[in-house]
Amino acid sequence: MDTLLSLLHGFTVAFEPAKLLFCLIGVFLGTAVGVLPGIGPALTVALLLPVTFKLDPGGSLIMFAGIYYGGMYGGSTTAILLNAPGESASLATALEGSKMAKAGRGGPALATSAIGSFVAGLIATIGLAFLAPWLVEVAVKFGPWDYFALMIVAFVTVSATFGDSPLRGLTSLFLGIALGLIGIDKLTGQARLTFGVPELLNGVEVTTLAVGLFAVGEAFYVASKRFRDPEEIIPIKGSLWMTKEDWKRSWAPWLRGTAFGFPIGALPAGGAEVPTFLSYSTEKKLCKYPGEFGKGAIEGVAGPEAANNASAAGTLVPLLTLGLPTSATAAIMLAGFQQYGLNPGPLLFAEKPDLVWGLIASLFIANVMLVILNLPLVGLWVRLLAIPQPWLYAGILVFATMGTLAVNGSPVELTMLFAFGFIGYLMRRYDYPVAPMVVGLILGPMAEAQLRRALQISLGDPMILLENPISATLLGIAFIALVAPFVMKGLNRFKASED
Amino acid sequence: MLTSFLKRGAITAVAFAALSTAAFAQVNELKIMAPAAPGGGWDGTARSMQQALTGAGIVKSVQVNNVTGAGGTIGLAQLIGAKGQGDQLMVNGFVMVGAILLNKSPVNLSQTTPIARLTAEAEVIVVPTESPLKTAKDLAEKLKADPAKVTWAGGSAGGTDHILAALFAQAVGADAKKINYIPFSGGGEALAAMLGGRVTAGVSGYGEFEGQIKAGKLRVLAVSSGKRLENAPDAPTLKEQGIDLELLNWRSVVAPPGLSAEQTKALIDTVEKMVKSKEWQEILKARGWDDSYLAGAEFDSFLKNEIERVSKVMHEVGLVK
Repeated sequence: MDTLLSLLHGFTVAFEPAKLLFCLIGVFLGTAVGVLPGIGPALTVALLLPVTFKLDPGGSLIMFAGIYYGGMYGGSTTAILLNAPGESASLATALEGSKMAKAGRGGPALATSAIGSFVAGLIATIGLAFLAPWLVEVAVKFGPWDYFALMIVAFVTVSATFGDSPLRGLTSLFLGIALGLIGIDKLTGQARLTFGVPELLNGVEVTTLAVGLFAVGEAFYVASKRFRDPEEIIPIKGSLWMTKEDWKRSWAPWLRGTAFGFPIGALPAGGAEVPTFLSYSTEKKLCKYPGEFGKGAIEGVAGPEAANNASAAGTLVPLLTLGLPTSATAAIMLAGFQQYGLNPGPLLFAEKPDLVWGLIASLFIANVMLVILNLPLVGLWVRLLAIPQPWLYAGILVFATMGTLAVNGSPVELTMLFAFGFIGYLMRRYDYPVAPMVVGLILGPMAEAQLRRALQISLGDPMILLENPISATLLGIAFIALVAPFVMKGLNRFKASED
Repeated sequence: MLTSFLKRGAITAVAFAALSTAAFAQVNELKIMAPAAPGGGWDGTARSMQQALTGAGIVKSVQVNNVTGAGGTIGLAQLIGAKGQGDQLMVNGFVMVGAILLNKSPVNLSQTTPIARLTAEAEVIVVPTESPLKTAKDLAEKLKADPAKVTWAGGSAGGTDHILAALFAQAVGADAKKINYIPFSGGGEALAAMLGGRVTAGVSGYGEFEGQIKAGKLRVLAVSSGKRLENAPDAPTLKEQGIDLELLNWRSVVAPPGLSAEQTKALIDTVEKMVKSKEWQEILKARGWDDSYLAGAEFDSFLKNEIERVSKVMHEVGLVK
């Protein structure tokens, strides 16, 4: 009850005209930078920090939160329309979203991602308001062994992105894991596979690989077969909006995506990528039209997009309750709090209730503003797809190049982008799926670091993975998910031979 | 295009000529490089300098640019390439000393023109409140008994936290090579590991643990500065507990190599004016940074000492072979 009262009080703070204005500026900026290549919410907040130095703390923090939520909305737009995921969390959205866009269903794809983000943001913000203190207790208990087990679950589910041939999928996955080894080893500080190139010390940027393989690779591929076997892009087919059928197929993935995104986002090292992968593979398994996956299934957009946004709200749980930043944007928001001499943590709720609850209340308002701002834009965005193909793909190449240069303006980075583009072309040409490679690059280094940390803490005893209830359970789930399909196949064969 | 380029070049040349004949050294335009991504400590320092320098009217225009990668050594290489350019500064700090060694960087800080040290932050060694360890001495005893059994949580490998853990082991007479240091990315994860009681001790800047220390979830065993901290007067220093070790995570600015004596002086004067400005002092207070201004020859020798100390301990721990 206390929470409810505090929240209502928060709304009275958030509804002050000045706060509403800050919130509006925030969501507007957030959406804009989410769509623009290369500059994301983290960078935007960082650039605004010195400007907001003398402003009212409550207002600026509300604006930052608006930017954060807005960036999550905007990020899916390029993933769906241009097959260029601007951040690793939009990767799963691009898989089905870009296929939908090509089949003339870009409108419903954008709509389901906007409304899904709204639903997820709403539920997750409620979770933030009511469950934060309890959830954070659980989250802190997650040890490196538990994270490692979670990564293993994610690895097992990656097979959902493999397409028809497991062998080709695994090849692609292992290529990605190998790329993940490049750079400074986090645990010993030694350089691996950098061949004396200092730019490689920080490892391969996930967005460079994703944009290279997805967008650039596809542009090359489309160009290569333009005269032999042109691919048709249908700008708009059927309704621009979601049909009744689309709604029916979207609501459950939204809820399931939120259920993955919020708790995993709240884990100090959970991140936004793992829940989107889990959501994608769950939707693929549960989908009533499994044949549509890989060709543009709306569930594959609705689920991961909800998971992505719910995890953004999730990261605010450890940030507000413990002062733990768990994403780049959260880290910079923490710097924002500290700029005003505020230390997020257990004492903040007690010391500055106006500010904290005002911030949480404004998240609800930001969410409503975002869906109102984004839905009318759908009609505008899908017109991009009506651009003649050579122009569109040339535009994508420019967009991809600009984005990469904006993130990391070095010749090495640009060379990598186009090298990955060429690899992406070859993989398409010889029918290898590209998504597992990006997944390998994301999950590989995370799993490695967590496993080695776990072993360092246990002084080298691998049993630590099975002795802890959470990790043991997760590893059990992974094992079942891995073996079940084979057992089922065996049983079916057994049954068949009995008949 | 070409003519406008030439024209601009001519104007710049005239401007430079006018500048060099000016009676006293003055910097009108300044570029400050933060060799890291926006949002981090170096970036924050660069942008605060921009704010103070322009706010106090010391320099008319200040540009901040970010060059990311390899612990700042990519930015360092760029600065060293800008030989003789007296309108550039780069923010750096203690962490870069280690990164240069760790990355086997072909360039190093001794190739730059040192300008001044600006700020410093003390490190703290903490344990979860439930831990049986009460003082730095207790930790030292445990470490001497078996260094491998003491797990340390802190920031990246070879960073300030890691070096403090290694120096601590050395100072108490334990084998620094055997320390079981677990690097976490960012303060957040390390803090979670501390709160979950999974590691023996944690090392970080005081600011990152402050909230949890005040909430009574973490206990400070020692601070690494020479004096006790103003905002944590109860926490004893290492020296008070008989451990001869002092370490500060400092930040400084350096300029490109090959500057004339006048150019160097102009930059030092500019920075000194900034440090004394009301604007800078306000920023220090708001951000919780300690003023540790040190310039000229004294900063030169300080920097040399730090490089020597870090390089020695990194070899001993086996981070650099």
